[in-house]
Amino acid sequence: MVSGLTGSERQWGMAVLVILAFIGLAMAAAGASRADPLQAHGFIVLLFSLGVLGVLLRGFYAPEPPETRLESYYDDPSKAGIVVAMVWAVFAMFVGDWVAWLLAFPDLTFDAAWSSFGRLRPVHTTGIIFGFGGNALIATSFHVMQRTSRARMPDQFSPWFVLIGYNLFCILAVTGYFMGITQSKEYAEPEWYADIWLVIVWVTYLLLYLRTLARRKEPHIYVANWYYLAFIIVVAILHIVNNLAVPASFAGVKSYSLFSGVQDAMTQWWYGHNAVAFFLTAGFLGMLYYYLPKRAERPIYSYRMSIIGFWGITFFYMWAGSHHLHYTALPQWVQTLGMTFSVMLLVPSWIAAANALLTLNGAWHKVRDDATLRFMMMAAVFYGLSTFEGSFMAIRSVNALSHYTDWTIGHVHAGAMGWVALITFGSIYAVVPWLWKRERMYSPALVEVHFWLALAGTLIYVFAMWNSGIIQGLMWRTYNDSGTLTYSFLDSMVAMHPYYVARAIGGLLFLIGAVVGCYNIWMTIRRPEHTSAPSGDAPFPSTLQPAE
Amino acid sequence: MFGTHYRLERKSIVLAVAIMVVASIGGLIEIAPLFTIDETVETDPDMRVYTPLELAGRNIYIREGCYACHSQMIRTLQDEVERYGPYSLAVESKYDHPMLWGSKRTGPDLARVGGKYSDQWHAAHLRNPRDVVPESIMPRYPWLDETPLHTSHLGDDLRALRKVGVPYTDDMIANASADAVAQASPDDDTAGLVERYGDATQIRAFDGDQRTVSEMDALVAYLQILGKLSTVPHQAAATTPVVPPVTER
Repeated sequence: MVSGLTGSERQWGMAVLVILAFIGLAMAAAGASRADPLQAHGFIVLLFSLGVLGVLLRGFYAPEPPETRLESYYDDPSKAGIVVAMVWAVFAMFVGDWVAWLLAFPDLTFDAAWSSFGRLRPVHTTGIIFGFGGNALIATSFHVMQRTSRARMPDQFSPWFVLIGYNLFCILAVTGYFMGITQSKEYAEPEWYADIWLVIVWVTYLLLYLRTLARRKEPHIYVANWYYLAFIIVVAILHIVNNLAVPASFAGVKSYSLFSGVQDAMTQWWYGHNAVAFFLTAGFLGMLYYYLPKRAERPIYSYRMSIIGFWGITFFYMWAGSHHLHYTALPQWVQTLGMTFSVMLLVPSWIAAANALLTLNGAWHKVRDDATLRFMMMAAVFYGLSTFEGSFMAIRSVNALSHYTDWTIGHVHAGAMGWVALITFGSIYAVVPWLWKRERMYSPALVEVHFWLALAGTLIYVFAMWNSGIIQGLMWRTYNDSGTLTYSFLDSMVAMHPYYVARAIGGLLFLIGAVVGCYNIWMTIRRPEHTSAPSGDAPFPSTLQPAE
Repeated sequence: MFGTHYRLERKSIVLAVAIMVVASIGGLIEIAPLFTIDETVETDPDMRVYTPLELAGRNIYIREGCYACHSQMIRTLQDEVERYGPYSLAVESKYDHPMLWGSKRTGPDLARVGGKYSDQWHAAHLRNPRDVVPESIMPRYPWLDETPLHTSHLGDDLRALRKVGVPYTDDMIANASADAVAQASPDDDTAGLVERYGDATQIRAFDGDQRTVSEMDALVAYLQILGKLSTVPHQAAATTPVVPPVTER
């Protein structure tokens, strides 16, 4: 992979890695001066940079890539990103299923701090959202932006910086939780130094995207790119605002949020809900809008629906965060705004889902025969279902019952498993043969097996959590005839046990599916390259002129 | 409209700026006024700050991810008020950087758990929850007892909190480490601690061991102060209506 970099890019890479290694060393020294966990993170940064440096040096004197490289797309970072995403998927799903079993059998753990539920839970959420989801988004966005722009990325260095730098962030985040390093803000747990690093990586990502778009030979920017762009831009805004904090010391990990109390809560859930919107929805809609029509070999059903869906989602979502704070100390006017926009959000969400499903008109026989396309179809269905559920749960009186219960967990997983993971698996099964120039996946039958495991796992999980959540909510508010509360909190907790077991089984099926997927992808990569051009992937244009 | 878009989607920078503007509106309108409208947070001139030991305990609560299963926000619903106490007010988390309102009740709400159980109960419960509540699914935290509390840098924490708006005095910052030790050592000289943080400061060997200041001391001290930083919620509860119960019989 180093052989794809030019000589000066290799030098750039070396310079960045050496600087990073020194930063790691400085962090380790500073942390050691006050016995702070920053020491361990410094060593992790150091080892990480030295490891990457080792790979770089091994290929440092390889011949430079020929000029003919400019006549093709640059796909090495996409390939690496897909593989890394699958590794994160299996790791984070394993941790997720482990903590699911812990809720049913709390002693199924080691007698050590790192393995207690409170530390493992963010490992699961970060591993899935940022490790699996983020890497899949970066890898596919590189693939999609080049094809839809009909242009190669401007250089070979930036995509690697984005991908490797992003994974360093994920590693710092996850290893931090094991050591107890967390800001406690849900889905924004990493501490200040990791946050600053992510800003650097993310700005590079945005510039790379805009630079590639600037080179495009296609006058119009395709709808998938609107979504990827919104994902990159808005996540940057959310990340920076929600993570504003003052470190207790630059030699320590601990920082204190700039905001407190009610303002902090609102900022956090403005962030939290829009992490769902722009990380877990916009980015994956970008995937959907490219890979679903490509796989179905049908054009997107409606250009106008694409426009209304996109701008509706971009505008409405940012108001919805306060529905996480119904009946709390947040002023009621903000709660009401949040609820109103959450309900209105159903319109653009269903327009986007309908646009995807209507695209399949004339290709439903392919949905029947092709599990890859079925993954994407089912993802659009779950997207529609969970956005409906979300708008419903945002209504104050519904939220009075559902909030704080497992219903929320069920809703999140209908989205994360049913929508995010299914569209990702579908897109990966479509793109792997294209990227590695194979005729098809190693085993279509295993894709089929994965589909049914994933669907069964999701349904079991979601049904279990609907049951437990609604039972919990009802038990908490049940009064007996004498006008006092009927159930103690403990009663409601004991009643959850069978559903927690069912949920863990659902998660296990989903995890097995992901392992099957990994095997299938690995065997596809190991097969010999297909001699003729792979069918389906867009070829690099040879005669078009730049549009701008 | 669609004609305009047809032109817009040909300019990447215009598209990027449009996304930024459209996405910023909601947050600006919902968040910015929370800092300027005075009624957002009630006033309480007697509001207490966390002592260094309680703050250290709060940081352990954060470190162990307790907020993932325990909320600290009693909603204005009849059943919650009856189960947990007066509903939470914004002023109570005024000095909470960050807030720990939580989003999930795998275990019960803790906003008013302070004083509800004895120190001994908390310590035993944290060592192994199933010793005191056989059905509990909470993790065990046996290492809290054995880990000495790091107190030497607590002044830095107080100083950082002062930068973001918590009224810690120079005196409090200078004595942070000593105050943390004193609060868990009732036999030592605690006059300075009481002078700085008030008569209501709870000074006890929270983990039952006089000789050491452990992480257990800090965490129990924090749990015992929850809901006790302000008395305003107890006054407000008598006058403000609560959403009546949706009765399930």
